Amino acid sequence: MAVATSRHTFLLNGERVTVDVAGNVRMLWVLRDLLGVTGPKYGCGINVCKACTSHINGRAFNPCSVPVSKIGPDDEITTIEGLPDTVGRELHPMQEAWLDLDVAQCGYCQPGQIMAAVDLVKKVRAEGRAITDADLDGLRNICRCGTYPRLREAIREGAKGM
Amino acid sequence: MTETRAPLEIGRRRVVGYLLAAPTLAVAVRVGLDGALPEIAGAVPTPPGPADIFDLNDLLTLAAKPTAQLMRLEVRPDGTAHFELPRSENGQGIVTSTAMIIAEELDLPVGKVEVTLSDARPELLFNQLTGGSNTTVSTWKPIRTLAAVARGRLLEAAAEQTGASVGDLRTEDGAVVTAAGRRISYASLAEAAAVSSDRAFSAELKDPSDFTVVGRPHRRTDALEAVTGRKQYTMDLQVPGALPTMICRPPTINGTVGSVHNQADVEAMPGVTHVAVVSTGVAVRAATFGQCIDAVRALQVDWEGGTAEGQSDADVEKRLKRAQIPLVVPKLPGITKTIDTAFTFWFATNSALETNCAIADVRADGAEIWGGMKSPITAQQEIAALLGMAASKVKLHVVQGGGSFGRKLFFDAALEAAEISQAMGVPVKLMWHRTDDFRQGRVHPMSTARVRATIGAGQVLTYEQRHTSLTTDFSHGLGEIITAYSAALPVGDIGFSQTVFELSQSTHYNFGVTTQLLNEIDHSFNTSSMRHIYSPNTAVARELTVDKIAEAMGKDPYELRHRFARNARLRGVLEAVAERGSWGRRMGSYRAQGLAVHSEYHSCTAALVEIDCRPTTVGRKVRDAVTGPRVTKVVLAVDAGLAVNPKGLEAQMMGGIIDGIALVLTSSLHLRDGYFLEGSWDNYAYTREWNVPFEVDVIVMPPTTGDPGGAGELAVAPSAAATATALARATGTMPTSFPVNHDSPLHFTVKPTVPPIPQSPVNGLTQY
Repeated sequence: MAVATSRHTFLLNGERVTVDVAGNVRMLWVLRDLLGVTGPKYGCGINVCKACTSHINGRAFNPCSVPVSKIGPDDEITTIEGLPDTVGRELHPMQEAWLDLDVAQCGYCQPGQIMAAVDLVKKVRAEGRAITDADLDGLRNICRCGTYPRLREAIREGAKGM
Repeated sequence: MTETRAPLEIGRRRVVGYLLAAPTLAVAVRVGLDGALPEIAGAVPTPPGPADIFDLNDLLTLAAKPTAQLMRLEVRPDGTAHFELPRSENGQGIVTSTAMIIAEELDLPVGKVEVTLSDARPELLFNQLTGGSNTTVSTWKPIRTLAAVARGRLLEAAAEQTGASVGDLRTEDGAVVTAAGRRISYASLAEAAAVSSDRAFSAELKDPSDFTVVGRPHRRTDALEAVTGRKQYTMDLQVPGALPTMICRPPTINGTVGSVHNQADVEAMPGVTHVAVVSTGVAVRAATFGQCIDAVRALQVDWEGGTAEGQSDADVEKRLKRAQIPLVVPKLPGITKTIDTAFTFWFATNSALETNCAIADVRADGAEIWGGMKSPITAQQEIAALLGMAASKVKLHVVQGGGSFGRKLFFDAALEAAEISQAMGVPVKLMWHRTDDFRQGRVHPMSTARVRATIGAGQVLTYEQRHTSLTTDFSHGLGEIITAYSAALPVGDIGFSQTVFELSQSTHYNFGVTTQLLNEIDHSFNTSSMRHIYSPNTAVARELTVDKIAEAMGKDPYELRHRFARNARLRGVLEAVAERGSWGRRMGSYRAQGLAVHSEYHSCTAALVEIDCRPTTVGRKVRDAVTGPRVTKVVLAVDAGLAVNPKGLEAQMMGGIIDGIALVLTSSLHLRDGYFLEGSWDNYAYTREWNVPFEVDVIVMPPTTGDPGGAGELAVAPSAAATATALARATGTMPTSFPVNHDSPLHFTVKPTVPPIPQSPVNGLTQY
């Protein structure tokens, strides 16, 4: 049960970071509790609600269910805080679509929603097609405020700017 | 209603506020102090029912009145205005709508109005409760008055400076403008407009026909922070020394700690700093929440039994049915026909995406608490009592919440955090695990409904509705501990529930002799109001029965509702959805439309729902999920009297629609052997993307009453009811148990109760 503390290093939002912590501690806690990066939210801790969705090497992942030991020195982690930098702008087009449509209510799930949306658009682009209702139905992120209709509209809108 | 607000409304729009001695312009409102309060008790006319005359919102507005004068607005030397709102924002949009109201009356851009949430302010007595969709209803006039007085004083100060008369000056976009067109900014006037001693000041409210901000769509003022991850919730705050803390909770509801076998071993685990037994379990504090989870799972605890030991929801249903207040109209032979219906509504949860959480730093000489709380004064006083210190020693900060849905009316995590911080002697950042939030968190109580209607001679002669529920805990009272204690008394609680029920249940139709009664039993469960309180259940029962009445009378559901609807506003929203939604259009087999209306909180709504129950739709396979019938389209019309922010109102309607669908089709807690089986968002099937309608059309009706009605909860009941009526019409069978999938085989494997929370998996890179 006892896991020795070890040193872990990776790229976080464009900067190299190093933490000393037991290797089984999940990335969400490394980000939030040790590095103070609080954009990714806790909603379940068991890879269900997707509120913590962030990117690793440009693809979505769920930090609540990844031990820090699985992250290597060359891995590039992007949280919502670093998303605009990936396109070299003040805001990512998906964030702009979110503002245009006033998607957020309480806002708690929104960082995860936006990171998942960007990933979905990249995925369907790679498959050379447009987003369908079935794609949107496949998103597992929960919004307990129920702003889903605006989420769906904003993802389509944001895709146009990507 | 009799106008009793004479001192407030001197002329038609003349209002009085106070200028306060301060270095910059500061204004306070005086509302209703001298006015005679309308009687709450006394003659309750029947018909119409109590809620038609004086509803829950009136009670809350009245409760808020005597202290509303203490609300304060400042105009600062940088030209911005600042207002501390004594309410709790959890996504419902009141910070934005409040900024809009101030911007409107002050002629200042919305972006220059800063609205923050007040700490607990005991001197506000009742006036710090957020609930009953009451914020805008109760603060609309006081806040307008504040801003109008500030504007009036700025005009006066500009007149003093320029030698012009006030009548020759006007305000525009954060400045006073002279007849010659010279602009004098509020920034330059803020200090000149300040006064050295308090005095009354009268001003004129804007004519609503001149509104340019109120009534027009506006985006949320915190949207940028939300989409960039910069918006801070309680668990994002960095309070020095407040390390992650969790509680190892019992395997049954309200179980208690008998003994802990391995406290020293757990204290020695990596990252763990403290372990302490508290009222609700065993608390652990560690460097990370991950290490808290490890520690909670490692604890070996003997537990004492809980308050619902051995109970299952089928047992509760039997007890509720035994407690139903009888229907009294006899079945008459001959020309009349009786329609009897009966329904069961299973447990549901108001768990938000942000789990229960709070930060506490308790020292010997005082305490500081942070959390999303809708009744902070009660919280402050109960925490003070728990800690054995004066309430004035407890500083309580209200933080924006990640959803409430009724959950944050209580402050369970704040109480626990305070207790733990005191026991450990260090600051703590307490967070509930998701599994605990479902299993040990407060629930929407199970209930049953019975309805009997008698029809004859082309009329509905009688309509009786009986609602029987497990007790809804209203012990947050009206936000203040004195009322909280009176609601905690057995008699007081029943009285308060009855009051809430009576005040929230309007009479919707001219159905002759109408009675609506509530009976509540049992205190074994941790309950609270859930968004729209009783109404989603009562409306489903009512509207399904209305469709039965229509069928029995050979009428179309729309025609019947339109003919018997109690007032023009209800008919207005009904007409709007029927037209926009093309009521009566052909849908094909296994598909149908359904209708419902609802009025509450001085607002009226109607919903038209289209549902798809084709086998290919119902049989869709999604991993770890409930699919089933899909609502494909919703048209909802809302008459909120006056929509301050139509964009925000539309958002609230959308959320209510998604809630209503969940309550009827997919979402419930299953009680077995004294605990709730659901332990994750995949177990508790709240509406997910695969359940979302493809089309949601919200019609915001033009202003009717001119005053804003309640909005935050309004759409849940009509959406739930229209989903139910659509389902009945699509399948040809009236559903009687909600959600309709409750008795189906479970779609998940039940998580263990010992240890109480699951370990985080390691599949976050691959299972996305």
